[in-house]
Amino acid sequence: MFFKVQIPLIITFIVGAALVIAMFVPHFPFYEANENFSIYFDLIAVFAFILGGGNLLKIHGDRIWRKGRDWKYSIVTVVGFLAMLIVGTLKIGGPPGFTGDVSASDSWFGFMYYSMFVPLQSTMFSLLAFFVASASYRAFRAKTKEATMLLVAAFIILIGRTPLGHYVTGWLPPQLQFLHIPNLSNWILSVPSMAGQRAIMIGIALGIISTSLKLILGIERSYLGGESK
Amino acid sequence: MADDRPDKEQSSRPRKGVIDVLKAIDRRIIFLLITLGVVLPLIFHLVFSVRTSPIVQAIFDKMESLPPGSKVLVSFDYAPSTVPENQPMAEAICRHALAKDFKVYMMAVWATGPPQVDALVTNVIERDFPGKVYGKDWINLGYKAGNQGLINAILLDLKGMYTTDVHGDPIDGFEMMRDVQNLADMSLIVCIGSGFPGVREWVQFAGDPGRIPVAGGVTAVEAPLLYPYYPRQLLGLMGGLQGAAEYESALVLKYPQYKEHAEQAVRLMGPQTVAHLVIIAFVIIGNIAYFGERSRQKRAKKA
Repeated sequence: MFFKVQIPLIITFIVGAALVIAMFVPHFPFYEANENFSIYFDLIAVFAFILGGGNLLKIHGDRIWRKGRDWKYSIVTVVGFLAMLIVGTLKIGGPPGFTGDVSASDSWFGFMYYSMFVPLQSTMFSLLAFFVASASYRAFRAKTKEATMLLVAAFIILIGRTPLGHYVTGWLPPQLQFLHIPNLSNWILSVPSMAGQRAIMIGIALGIISTSLKLILGIERSYLGGESK
Repeated sequence: MADDRPDKEQSSRPRKGVIDVLKAIDRRIIFLLITLGVVLPLIFHLVFSVRTSPIVQAIFDKMESLPPGSKVLVSFDYAPSTVPENQPMAEAICRHALAKDFKVYMMAVWATGPPQVDALVTNVIERDFPGKVYGKDWINLGYKAGNQGLINAILLDLKGMYTTDVHGDPIDGFEMMRDVQNLADMSLIVCIGSGFPGVREWVQFAGDPGRIPVAGGVTAVEAPLLYPYYPRQLLGLMGGLQGAAEYESALVLKYPQYKEHAEQAVRLMGPQTVAHLVIIAFVIIGNIAYFGERSRQKRAKKA
């Protein structure tokens, strides 16, 4: 119990408190502690890849074994993951050894990256344009005052974020330049949209502070695998 | 095939009005028109002139204000999915930096960043700046894991984290690395990103604590999330393809010798403009159908 609960709580308290103090007191020993903890964090982050890969294999392997929902897609995931892992780790086709260059011209990894991964990712992202157009047609309706305002703002941004905005209202006299679509578009992004973003960000920041304090003080213990106090 | 149903049945079927047609457009038609909206402008080279907005001009002016030899760090924090938006930004920034004789430090906090650096080397350095020397004028530090933890670590000690460059050569062997200890030695940080970790993390973990100017280039979707940082914490922002095109326009205006290769985002603004128009047209059609249907229902209720 002591090693499973008390030790992690003590480590969390010391590291959390030291990093908070280092933010406000950038001098010995806190400055050095911040630097060292950052390096430890990066070392731990590398091991997260092993955990992530293991977790992916466990979840999808289990689904294939049980023939769960969409198990055939899991085969594709596992085969794709293992193929990239083996080819990249063993540096097949390229300079041998763990430090060999995966981007070498003969490397299989480079071929798989540029000929499979890049087109697949690009295709997935490109499909968004089609779905956005279809969804906008079906769902973007001026049913209420709020929806109408959103619709007008969307039109202004859509036109203002293209060169068309300059052509459409470029003829306006200087005293009506505030109606120039690119200016309206910038105003929407810099005033109402930004006000909303700030409110969300402040809310998130307060939430993070609250959660961090609970972690540092040992009130929130769910990360240890148990329940919070 | 001939319709052999009785005439009576055909006449009892309600006739489709304009509203019915408008409210039930097959999505394959929408997909086809979006395809044409993107493909035709590419085929017919539809190019618009682009004017630079103040938020992008601020980055260009900052770059112009720095003296030759200034150190500029460019972080490639995006994946192939957003290359059409992000790569022109990265290339325009690096082209500008090399034209101004800055020292360019390239790195990535995304594992998918280094191949984008390779593409930039081919498209920009080998093509427009063949005389620039690796390790003296530009360097590729590569990718390291750690997200914002990495940014925090290199703010305090860059060489502690990067002991070698992307090719595994010792970092102290490069001339441009000798007087660099940490991020505070940089005159400007430019993050080209499309998510987490990205521009926000560079502002929070490098720009603010280290008092280093940070500029950003992000996808159009992410840009509104970063406006709260502009202009005090983020000196400028390129948002989406439009932001990239604006920077390219400013660059070509000042350095017309790069016009041939430096206008890829400007050329892509034609398809984007037409695609936006197609989306607007369908939203209008959808609303005409909605209001038409509503007035029809009201009339039916009254009757």
